[in-house]
Amino acid sequence: MSVRRLAPADVQPKEFSFSKENAAWANVQVAKYPAGRQQSAIIPLLWRAQEQAGGWLPEAAIRHVAEFLSMAHIRALEVATFYTMFNLEPVGKFHVQLCGTTPCVLRGAEGLKKVCRDKIGEPGHVTGDGKFSWVEVECLGACVNAPMVQINADYFEDLTAESFTQVLDAFAAGKTPKPGPQTDRQLSAPVGGPTTLTDPSLYPTSTRLG
Amino acid sequence: MLADKDRIFRNLYGFYDWGLEGARKRGAWDGTKSILTKGRDAIIEDVKASGLRGRGGAGFPTGLKWSFMPKKNDGRPHYLVVNADESEPGTCKDREVMRHDPHLLIEGCLIAGFAMGANTGYIYIRGEFIRERERLQAAIDQAYEANLIGKNNLHGYDFDLYVHHGAGAYICGEETALLESLEGKKGQPRLKPPFPANVGLYGCPTTVQNVESIAVVPDILRRGPAWFAAIGRPNNTGTKLFCISGHVNKPCNVEEAMGLPLRELIDTHAGGVRGGWDNLMAVIPGGSSMPLVPAGADQADTLMMDFDGCRDKKSALGTAAVIVMDKSTDIIRAMARISYFYKHESCGQCTPCREGMGWMWRVLTRMAEGRAQKREIGMLLEVTTQIEGHTICAFGDGAAWPVQGLLRHFRPEIERRIDEYSRNADAHAASRVAAE
Repeated sequence: MSVRRLAPADVQPKEFSFSKENAAWANVQVAKYPAGRQQSAIIPLLWRAQEQAGGWLPEAAIRHVAEFLSMAHIRALEVATFYTMFNLEPVGKFHVQLCGTTPCVLRGAEGLKKVCRDKIGEPGHVTGDGKFSWVEVECLGACVNAPMVQINADYFEDLTAESFTQVLDAFAAGKTPKPGPQTDRQLSAPVGGPTTLTDPSLYPTSTRLG
Repeated sequence: MLADKDRIFRNLYGFYDWGLEGARKRGAWDGTKSILTKGRDAIIEDVKASGLRGRGGAGFPTGLKWSFMPKKNDGRPHYLVVNADESEPGTCKDREVMRHDPHLLIEGCLIAGFAMGANTGYIYIRGEFIRERERLQAAIDQAYEANLIGKNNLHGYDFDLYVHHGAGAYICGEETALLESLEGKKGQPRLKPPFPANVGLYGCPTTVQNVESIAVVPDILRRGPAWFAAIGRPNNTGTKLFCISGHVNKPCNVEEAMGLPLRELIDTHAGGVRGGWDNLMAVIPGGSSMPLVPAGADQADTLMMDFDGCRDKKSALGTAAVIVMDKSTDIIRAMARISYFYKHESCGQCTPCREGMGWMWRVLTRMAEGRAQKREIGMLLEVTTQIEGHTICAFGDGAAWPVQGLLRHFRPEIERRIDEYSRNADAHAASRVAAE
């Protein structure tokens, strides 16, 4: 299991509360669950709080969400420390999550780690300009497009050290590189085109199939 | 090879419109009402007759699982929960369903919800799938707008469907951990019994089902259970999404018939093993929790990709995530990395798992360097058997099996490394003595 602690007190902001839009959004989330079960919404709410706080979850935000959902603080702290997508320390504007599990290792994740070390530094370190940070994470579920990383909300797949460097450089230059496979390939189809679903008669308009 | 017309996921690669209009052109939402008019029992009988077994890893018969839900409502609501927390290393099939064919899943939810008397469904999607979550939510919004689901919908059965997400915990793919997480707690599995069919989400009858299992149901009912049952072998029927990753020339996802030989699957769709079939070292046929199957005439060469076929080789089909490793692989290091995964993802609830995962990882890391004693090989095997079956959920088993698979097939390689390490150590010591 992963042992996770809150960031030290000197980086913790004193206060946090949802913006007006986020508070309205949070009320919509709570309504998905039966009356009295508002605690169910804690993960989506903490996630939104993390986005509002700039990519990490300060203690004040955890307490705010707990109060928003009428929960004991300790229950919210349990959730925030259990789930690894909650960053308990500040991260860069572009936070790279590099998949280091076996299917990605087989296709070259170690080479991507070296790129991260060279360009960003050690895992968890935020670059001086506040732009980048990286961590190694467990399987992100895009194994046929290995090796891959997630940068903020998007997956960048089928990477090589060169193409990964280009992606990072593009972010550094203020551009938004195209997510998905970085090779000439349609998502999870084999390189060079699919071996199945090639029968054009499958796709006439409005015909009942089968 | 399966004919294209028999494939269910016709937009697997996202070449076509994922939205309602496109999905309808591919056959989704066609005759859903007439399916529902057959009634609960007839639907469950049809699903049973199709032979569909759960696609999330355990392979439990889907129709039978649905029949465990109470027939009469005792005042508590029933819930359908869809497990879209796809995190098993090697597996990336549900992602394709949710981003390219979401309407098959939504239609399946309505039908499954009807068959088990549930008026509410939750889809629990892993937190990292942010774009997939947005896509799925957009598709659900379309379905609401077209009055296909929701209150007073066209199908005459009130059904609300919500997307819920996690935040990076593999264990939440375990059904009771998923329910805990959905209730807003740490994802720690519950003791069973009681089973979720009696006491599940919020203490109410609940069925948790994998995305693929639910998404194939509408097509099974439209085309008839006999169609599905005719594909594959008895007890291993139907089509299946395979994810082929690792050392192949063209890694890909593909929908194929169950029971296809492994070699045909890899050669036909994934461009063959890197460096040719003879360059294969081992394959994990069903996601990282399953034991590996080594190359060889009576092993990977003759492996049939279905539940019984994998069991014959002392492995399991799991999620049908085929991880291929060629002869350049450091097999002990590859398995040590899998052990690290389990160490990282253990929820920490049961001692054998919490302590055992780290122990196995540390020993395997030393063994990868050869920095171990040969007696530790037997000790490692003993520890895996102490973890297996001694934890609340199947996570312990799933972490012990890959190590057992390694020890079963690659013990000589571990011994060789230990010998090599101690020989190097001896030589080093001798040269130091000589120098002095």
